[in-house]
Amino acid sequence: MVLFGQFLEILIGGLLSGVLYSLVALGFVLIFKASGVFNFAQGAMVLLAGLALVRSLDLLVANGFPFWTAIILGLVFAGIIMAVTAWLVERFVLGPLVNQDGLTLFMSTIGATFVLEGASQMIFGSDVYPLRLFPTDAWFLFESSFPGGILVNKLDVWGGLIAGILVAGLAIFFQRTKTGRALRAVADDHAAAQSVGIPISWIWFVVWLVAGLVALVAATVWGTKLGVQFSITFLALKALPVLIIGGFTSIPGAIVGGLIVGAGEKLAEGFLGPHIGGGIEYWFAYVLALAVLLVRPQGLFGERIIERI
Amino acid sequence: MRSPDVQEVLLSVEGVSLAFGGVKALTGVSFDVRKGEIRAIIGPNGAGKTSMLNVINGFYHPNQGSITFKGQTRARMRPFEASRGGIARTFQNVALFKGMSALDNIMAGRTLKMRYGLFWQALRFGPAQREEVEHRHRVEEIIDFLEIQAIRKVPVARLPYGLQKRVELGRALAMEPDLLLLDEPMAGMNLEEKEDMSRFIIEVNDHYGTTIALIEHDMGVVMDLSNRVVVLDHGVKIADGTPDQVKRDQAVIDAYLGVAH
Amino acid sequence: MFYREAGQFKTTYSADMAIFPIRQDRVTLGALLAFAFIGVPLLSYFHVWPFGQDYLLRAILLPFLILALAAIGVNILVGYCGQISLGSGAFMAIGAYSAYKLGTGVHIPLAWLGFDISIPALPVLPSILLGGFMSALVGILFGVPSLRIKGLYLAVATLAAQFFFDWVFLRVPWFTNYAPSGSVNAPELNFVGWVVDTPIERYILCLIFVTVFALMAKNLVRGNIGRQWMAIRDMDIAAELMGIRPLYAKLTAFAVSSFIIGVSGALWAFVYLGSWEPLAFDINRSLQLLFMVIIGGLGSILGPFIGAAFILILPIMLNLVPSELGVPLSTETITHLEFIIFGSLICYLLIKEPHGFARLISLAKEKLRLWPFPY
Repeated sequence: MVLFGQFLEILIGGLLSGVLYSLVALGFVLIFKASGVFNFAQGAMVLLAGLALVRSLDLLVANGFPFWTAIILGLVFAGIIMAVTAWLVERFVLGPLVNQDGLTLFMSTIGATFVLEGASQMIFGSDVYPLRLFPTDAWFLFESSFPGGILVNKLDVWGGLIAGILVAGLAIFFQRTKTGRALRAVADDHAAAQSVGIPISWIWFVVWLVAGLVALVAATVWGTKLGVQFSITFLALKALPVLIIGGFTSIPGAIVGGLIVGAGEKLAEGFLGPHIGGGIEYWFAYVLALAVLLVRPQGLFGERIIERI
Repeated sequence: MRSPDVQEVLLSVEGVSLAFGGVKALTGVSFDVRKGEIRAIIGPNGAGKTSMLNVINGFYHPNQGSITFKGQTRARMRPFEASRGGIARTFQNVALFKGMSALDNIMAGRTLKMRYGLFWQALRFGPAQREEVEHRHRVEEIIDFLEIQAIRKVPVARLPYGLQKRVELGRALAMEPDLLLLDEPMAGMNLEEKEDMSRFIIEVNDHYGTTIALIEHDMGVVMDLSNRVVVLDHGVKIADGTPDQVKRDQAVIDAYLGVAH
Repeated sequence: MFYREAGQFKTTYSADMAIFPIRQDRVTLGALLAFAFIGVPLLSYFHVWPFGQDYLLRAILLPFLILALAAIGVNILVGYCGQISLGSGAFMAIGAYSAYKLGTGVHIPLAWLGFDISIPALPVLPSILLGGFMSALVGILFGVPSLRIKGLYLAVATLAAQFFFDWVFLRVPWFTNYAPSGSVNAPELNFVGWVVDTPIERYILCLIFVTVFALMAKNLVRGNIGRQWMAIRDMDIAAELMGIRPLYAKLTAFAVSSFIIGVSGALWAFVYLGSWEPLAFDINRSLQLLFMVIIGGLGSILGPFIGAAFILILPIMLNLVPSELGVPLSTETITHLEFIIFGSLICYLLIKEPHGFARLISLAKEKLRLWPFPY
């Protein structure tokens, strides 16, 4: 019973922290679906959004603004920063690279990552900045059934709620709006989409903006959990294995992939870690993704690719 | 029209069907290619011609039917096995190695014939160097034959379309194939380029005795070049015979003029 | 006027296939090698500025040579074979730790089988080369997924290698001979009697390694196997239909690339660092190598040298120039500036000149050949 309680606690904690991976993975999927670009910079965007938010928030509060006003203004400011970033990326990086192959686009986003990381820390500073938007204490559930109950972080529950709302919103955006349909056309073939009159630069701006806003949301949750700091970008890299597992083109895949990775790595750490030296969390997601790649290259929810010549 | 001189069958396709999901690309197609002939595969757009070539050289695996090449029947064949067996091809949309020079593209066609492994190549001393030179000689013959001496060191991405097609033919010839598959060798060419290409195809056939199966849209070219023609429409064979026979065939005329089925 | 190939007639194909068919290029390279092998040591011996300072050899030329070698390895995989890798750092680490284990004696206790495996400590040279072979073996293993997956998917597979081996060398004490700090020291660098110790000796040692391996790499990429790699990179399906086996081409690229990276990792640890921790080979190292290749030029052997030089010199310039101008920057600002400059340069080059600085040089040479009458 104790073991089962421990298992349940780790599982729930893992699933909820997996939601955080899903949040970042969502941004990746959005950009990949809409432009065929595998965006390495998503982590850097989370860092940028988080820094913009937390620094403006600190400044506003220090100048006597009431907390809630400051939060709203801070969010607006960070949103504007993300919009500017989206415009700059489209104008100076992706715009000139229309119709290039995926590898070139990918490497260009690595370049963009470094610019964003350097610039955001240069402008906003490079310390660890605590962010307190959500409660960080915990509930203890089922105290009658298990000794000590099951510990659940309130912040993780908040993260889950937010991710749920985001997914619903994005699904509607993709399926129901004209812009959403245009996005899917662009992903298939840049040149073809241009030729039927879809304004590709506008579409790319929109999608990077949406991805930037998703990054902002992820930054609020992650920043509250860890403080806004540079290492967030490395945690964000874990969204890559999440995507491999879920499939690059699937929004539900990003969510399920995140849950699998979150639960899997916490369980592996909790039950396997003590036997082989701990720290498994560091690579578990990647090795799991590698295994998935060997068995089912398109991921759990991805579409199968037919090759032609 | 040119006349066949040998009757020996090099390749025979029997009852080949191919489907992608619910879409039927080929249905029960059978025909043969005799040694030394030029065989044309024609048909309207979407008739399944390229799919047929892809089946012959192992890129697609037929759902039904079999391919017999040089007396060996295979149901499933990997692409490199086909090329090892002596099948070379060119592609509808030029599929050259864009980052390499014309010379390197053609040299790449010699891959199968080169034997010395990593170690000797890294040293590039003795046997590996001799082998490289020896193959360079053969490749230079092809370059002379195709009259592309001037562009041998130019990256193919910088060449005009007609020359790219010629380099691609050179790459296929470098494999010294028994059967050469040409997928629309003259698509998008002007008259002069077409005449050049026709000349090369006939010369390859005469000189090296290479058997050729080609897909072509230009009827004039097909009638002039080929010994026999097979006509596909919607993945089904509707006619097979000499150019004259095919030209008079009612089913072929209907298919091209678009009579309702 | 001085850069002409007129009058240089090639009468054999082997002459035409030489690495530098134009005489002026051969002379330049010969002079460069002579300077590197004889000039630098002499100038350093006689303390001629700036070669007299240990700083130049130890902090610039050594890392330059070793990282350029590693970048050549990366370029074989990424630039020639078109397989992206974000795990080069891990393969440097595999080379380094394998060489370390072999150089200090391998002992594998197999109590459950009733016996132990013990290999006595090997001399340094075989240790380094075998370290490269270990790296090649693991490279082949991680290359296997590349047969089923392409491009970006492979990036994640190589990331798996990176993070997994980071962890292995940090957490499995066997690899560090149970050193309590996790940091290990290189064995004595005794190359068949030549004990490499002073900066100048270390420099010459690395120069020999780099020259030999760069030459071999060049031979490979201009030969049959190199054409197979590029064919797979440019049009994998057509390559397969021409009889190039993707299995063979990709796995040899992984093997050769990982071998070179592994050897450079062993050199980095043994010759440059002397004592090291797994952190020396983390993902930042992988990205740094990738940057060198992109900046220097994808698909070129010259490129990695230019890229390595650039990436090593830029921080020094950022440090020196503003302080000379009277506006010294803080270390933090310099790091951030570096990030911004590398990042924008990568984007710029990918847009304007995907073959990097090496391509710019060859363009300049083409212009020079026609100068002063370009038409």
